[in-house]
Amino acid sequence: MSKKITPEATSRRNFLKKFGISVGTASAVSTLGILSSCVTDDEEKVPMLTTDGKVINGKKTELKLNLNEMQIRSREGLSGKKFVMVIDLAKCKNARKCMSACQGAHHLKPEQHHINVLQTENAEGTGFYYQPKPCMHCDNPPCTKVCPVDATFKRKDGIVLIDNERCIGCRFCIAACPYSARVFNWEEPKYYEGDENAVYDMELNVPQKKGTVSKCLFSADRLRIGKLPYCVSACPNGTYWFGDANEDAVTNGTSKETVRLSTLLSDNGAYTLLPELGTKPSVYYLPPKDRTFEYKAGELNYLGEEEPKPQHG
Amino acid sequence: MSEIKKQSDEAIMAKIREDILTPMTKFPLIYKLWIGMLLTIIAVAIWGYIIQLQNGLGQTGMRDYVSWGLYIASFVFFVATALVGMLISAVVGLLGQKWIIPISRIAEMIALAFAMMAGIAIVVDMGRPDRILNLFLHGRFQSPIIWDVTVVNVYVIISILLLLLPMLPDLGIIRNHMKKDLPKWQWNMYNILSLGWVGTPGQYKILHSTLRVLLILIVPVAMALHTVTSWLSALTLRSGWDSTIFGPYYVTGAFVAGSGAVLVAMYFIRRAYKLEDYITDYHFDKMGKLMVLVGLVYFYFNLNEFLVPAYKMKTADAHHIFTLFSFHGEYGVMFWLTQMFGLILPITFGLFKPFRKPFPMMIIGVAIVIGAWFKRVIIVVPTLAHPFLPVQNVPENFHHYVPTGLEITVTLGILAAAILIVSILVKIFPVIPMWEIAEEKGVDIHKDL
Repeated sequence: MSKKITPEATSRRNFLKKFGISVGTASAVSTLGILSSCVTDDEEKVPMLTTDGKVINGKKTELKLNLNEMQIRSREGLSGKKFVMVIDLAKCKNARKCMSACQGAHHLKPEQHHINVLQTENAEGTGFYYQPKPCMHCDNPPCTKVCPVDATFKRKDGIVLIDNERCIGCRFCIAACPYSARVFNWEEPKYYEGDENAVYDMELNVPQKKGTVSKCLFSADRLRIGKLPYCVSACPNGTYWFGDANEDAVTNGTSKETVRLSTLLSDNGAYTLLPELGTKPSVYYLPPKDRTFEYKAGELNYLGEEEPKPQHG
Repeated sequence: MSEIKKQSDEAIMAKIREDILTPMTKFPLIYKLWIGMLLTIIAVAIWGYIIQLQNGLGQTGMRDYVSWGLYIASFVFFVATALVGMLISAVVGLLGQKWIIPISRIAEMIALAFAMMAGIAIVVDMGRPDRILNLFLHGRFQSPIIWDVTVVNVYVIISILLLLLPMLPDLGIIRNHMKKDLPKWQWNMYNILSLGWVGTPGQYKILHSTLRVLLILIVPVAMALHTVTSWLSALTLRSGWDSTIFGPYYVTGAFVAGSGAVLVAMYFIRRAYKLEDYITDYHFDKMGKLMVLVGLVYFYFNLNEFLVPAYKMKTADAHHIFTLFSFHGEYGVMFWLTQMFGLILPITFGLFKPFRKPFPMMIIGVAIVIGAWFKRVIIVVPTLAHPFLPVQNVPENFHHYVPTGLEITVTLGILAAAILIVSILVKIFPVIPMWEIAEEKGVDIHKDL
């Protein structure tokens, strides 16, 4: 409050920062100058912020996504936030809309799951239920510890991301994750139109790259523009709550209702997955009590195949 | 008196030179065929690896759940076998055992070749080997992989030194006596590698003290090497890996694997080079006893590693134990065959003197090496195949791990490369330390060079 910043300057800076747009340094500009010298002079000029903080008047064509800037921004995360997800197991009807929305957004193959809806039961005979399982975005993540090149890391807003421009494909993080939350691009990934020329967005992990690990990102790209994650928005059954633990508020992806996080957790006896491992997940589950669905055994799985029977001792 | 001594010394030295150096100048057909076969396997493996590079690791049997397979198991196997250099030369040698003299160099050659190929195995497993420099550009010291890369390289360097330094007097002998028997380039190589060795008492003094430092130094480095390798698994939360004894469990297992490899190498080198006077039944007997000793220690760690969780049967551990112990479990047959042929039977037979002869020892060595390899698969794969949460909504081949032909070919190629390195080393360098043998026989080695 004490320090006044002109609204115009902040909004421009924010705008540019928001979309990771920056202008190359002097040398890059001059190179572009040579290239564009044959183009007519009356090209529209716009004020731009260079990487070293100067405002210049440049041509619109000089605007481009800068991979380096995007990576720096993606590593920092959003200040003052601590993102959490609450999954109400009583609501999940195995619609799998979260899975398809996620796979569409992140350009994944049908067998690659950033979020996977599992059929499970707490103990034998206690009744099956559907359990959506994204990355837990642990506060003590076993995966980021073991990465030899700092390709996967935890941001200040609690999100665990992976930089597939740096990943060497050793798959130690996959071995370390007790939640089996990570997937690998064993072959050439599924490319969508425009992926060949797209600048890599770490917060979306698109384009996917062969020989690198991919994982749930809590839709960091959506959070940056103030929207709910893809899976949360896609759910038709009100299973997901998503929000900020610092604000102590979560919003339901279906009804858009916002409630107090602490009340939601304590009223419902929320729990985290495998708490005995000490990973401190950012994803909470509400117990599957008073289920709104009937569990159907022997359903075809997400791939339309019969699920092999789980092996028990 | 001294004249007689000198003459007898010279006669002994001439005999040793004749026995050890003659095989180095001969290239019989069988050796050429052997090298040709190894090169063929390596060539096929390189072709397989190129296919893997082009199409991705999807060419292997690994998938999202079992994301480490034969390559990592082989990496652990190679590191394990490489540890024998430290066992024979340092641990047994520093205890003052003289019987290791004729086989210490063989052990060092195996150690060097297998340590180098361990590095190759891990590169082959990488999804993006083109980014290997990221390990140095962006290396994070919190990651056990960085520790492993560091310690593997240190071990390779110390192994080279431990191979080369004790060879200096021998290289001096070759330089002095073999000029007319060798091609010019080869003699020049020995001339350079001998580092101007003439065998003065001062040089021997420096050599002995340097070797002592190296032999002591390699003990913690080798321990670190295999302990860190075990931590690649043990530092995760997964059932079957989440164990506090993985370090010593791996190190003792490595001694067993390495003893097996040395027994096999001893047998074939002795036969090919007709070294029956140097590597005698006595040495096989001693190696057999050493194998039994390290085998028993490893057996003790196996008891702890498997029976303690099997007694408690915690949910995830119970799953793991079932797949290994029960013949209905996915890895039951492999587990019991490995434990029987790779550990229990070798120990049992090794207890009896008639089996501590060259041929039976070689057979036991082969069984140990094969068993050791499968044991590494059993350590790596079942744990990954049974994660805490159910494996669902994935194709059938994600549930199980079966290595593909390409994967097996590439793995065999790495093994062939390790054996090729050993085969070349034993051809271009004296396989038995001549000066140490002479010293043992009471020859005044300071004079004869």
